[in-house]
Amino acid sequence: MGSLKRAWLWFEDRTGLMGAIGPIIKHPVPANSASWFYVFGSATLFAFMLQVATGVALAFMYVPSAGEAYQSLQYITDQTTFGRIVRGMHNWGASAMILLLGIHMIRVYMTASYKFPREMHWISGVVLWALTVIMAFSGQVVRWDQTAVWSMIVAAEQAGRIPFIGTWVADFLIGGGTIGAATLSRMFAYHVFIVPALLFLFIGFHLYLVIKNGISEFPQAGKPVDPKTYREEYKALVKKKGIPFWPDAAWRDMVFGFIVITTILLIAIIIGPPALGPPPNPSNLDALPVPDWYFIFYFAFLALMPPAMETYLMVFGPLLVGALLFFLPFISNKGERSPLRRPWAVAIVALTIVSISGLWAIGISSPWSPHFDAKPLTVEIIGADSGPIYRGGMDFNEKGCLYCHTISGQGGLRGPDLTYIGDRLSADELTWRIMNGGLNMPGFGGTLTNKELSDLVIFLKSRTKEH
Amino acid sequence: MSEKTKTSEECSRRQFFTHISIALGSIAAVMVGIPIVGSILAPIVKKPRPIWRPVGELKSFTVGDIVKVSFIDSSPLPWAGVTAETAAWLHRKGQEEFTCFAVNCAHLGCPVRWVAGAKLFMCPCHGGVYYEDGSVAAGPPPRGLYNYPVRLHNGQVEILTSPIPITTI
Ligand code: FES
Repeated sequence: MGSLKRAWLWFEDRTGLMGAIGPIIKHPVPANSASWFYVFGSATLFAFMLQVATGVALAFMYVPSAGEAYQSLQYITDQTTFGRIVRGMHNWGASAMILLLGIHMIRVYMTASYKFPREMHWISGVVLWALTVIMAFSGQVVRWDQTAVWSMIVAAEQAGRIPFIGTWVADFLIGGGTIGAATLSRMFAYHVFIVPALLFLFIGFHLYLVIKNGISEFPQAGKPVDPKTYREEYKALVKKKGIPFWPDAAWRDMVFGFIVITTILLIAIIIGPPALGPPPNPSNLDALPVPDWYFIFYFAFLALMPPAMETYLMVFGPLLVGALLFFLPFISNKGERSPLRRPWAVAIVALTIVSISGLWAIGISSPWSPHFDAKPLTVEIIGADSGPIYRGGMDFNEKGCLYCHTISGQGGLRGPDLTYIGDRLSADELTWRIMNGGLNMPGFGGTLTNKELSDLVIFLKSRTKEH
Repeated sequence: MSEKTKTSEECSRRQFFTHISIALGSIAAVMVGIPIVGSILAPIVKKPRPIWRPVGELKSFTVGDIVKVSFIDSSPLPWAGVTAETAAWLHRKGQEEFTCFAVNCAHLGCPVRWVAGAKLFMCPCHGGVYYEDGSVAAGPPPRGLYNYPVRLHNGQVEILTSPIPITTI
């Protein structure tokens, strides 16, 4: 016996580690759940492991001080060896984790794996999802650039709408009445201590449950879950047709995980981390705070919801979604699992995906935002270089009309396109609309002089197809 | 003594040990928990005291103009860096008459910009718009812009620093 082998046997004799772990990783799983549909949970875990590793590396270089965090990020990105790649991996790893977690959740919902006896798998998963969302948000805040500061204020304002305790929650979040030194320290503590600790805890619990109740078998239409007999059937199934998890089922997880990790690394090398915005100076108002891509749909939701009910939607909407997800297994924990027999489940997933993508697409163009950097109309577009039409066109540039209205392809998207407005409204109607506003347009009655008004109307009247 | 033959005295003895152990653990947790949780919750109760901050001489503001003024917030910590700075929109309405608006949109706190040509405050986030007097002109804000107190002091315009205005219901 080689001395290495002897040392190993000694170690195993004293610790019993392989004896304890071996049966766990080799536990039999249903042959049909060794499928490519079942790789997203492990891939989320791999992405999380990458987040831990890259996060620790970043903590070696990052300074969680409101006055210096920004400079330390510049330093990490531009001056350290590999710091740019590490930051890039942390950023894109977060994106990957959110995406994979979403797919994993959809898969579990579609195959109804949350039904008996796996209710707690789903519930612990919902907790993990909520924790991941908090990580994603706090991660954007500890990036501590201009957008981070304003996102933090927007978050505090949303918390402020909670009935009765709103102001307290807002103050708790930003660490006092103003954004500043306390804010970053607090978000840092959430991002690197509290939430990761909870994530470890719940991931451990989640995995323990997977071992305890087994991986769900791939559902077959016409084979409903009956809590009375399910456990027996499952036991018989894995006994008869089970395969060892490691390596017979796990190789797919490894292959997919390898692709995920490599993709993150490649993106981190090629694209790198997102560029830092301007410094986190709250007195610089030249800001357009837009969150990272995975929150853009929510950003659009905030802009589009009807103001009269927005407080309820803002506070109770997320609560309702959370509660629905949380209690899902109690709404139905038996019966058919196959998506072929659960048309509503398919419809709900489809609807969710469509509405999120829709909001997301709108959020990217943000038509409700004034376009402060819209290119002013040129003499060519105006079609005159003197006289009332010209003066009206210039007023259109200068009085802010252009930020919300487009003419000949230039301008904002908030209000109607006015390229051919002359065909649609009479001079009187135009005057009235400009003076009084309406339909989300401010009235300019108190702003414009009579001459400016009449110039503007003449200019707008000249916006016709024949023109 | 085996389990089966345990006396009622033994039973209460065991119960006593169970209770005392749990009680000791809980008391210790509560004792250390008060300062730990208290330190984390402190910002809820400990409010920074408002301070008057000078933002410029009276003569540096033109009557009728609305300009941005920057100043240091009410509770700057030594390591706050640029985050200690904050801003407001100051409107000199008359010789000695000023109005000061918070820069935070009353909707969700984004920084509103004064667009002088249009005489409107515009919010970049969700399209909130306000008139010159701070009242809502368009968009989702549920109320007008917040005001900060302004005063004249020894020829200086001063603004009373305040917490970020949080719109509640
Ligand atoms: S924060 Fe200004 S419109 Fe929403």
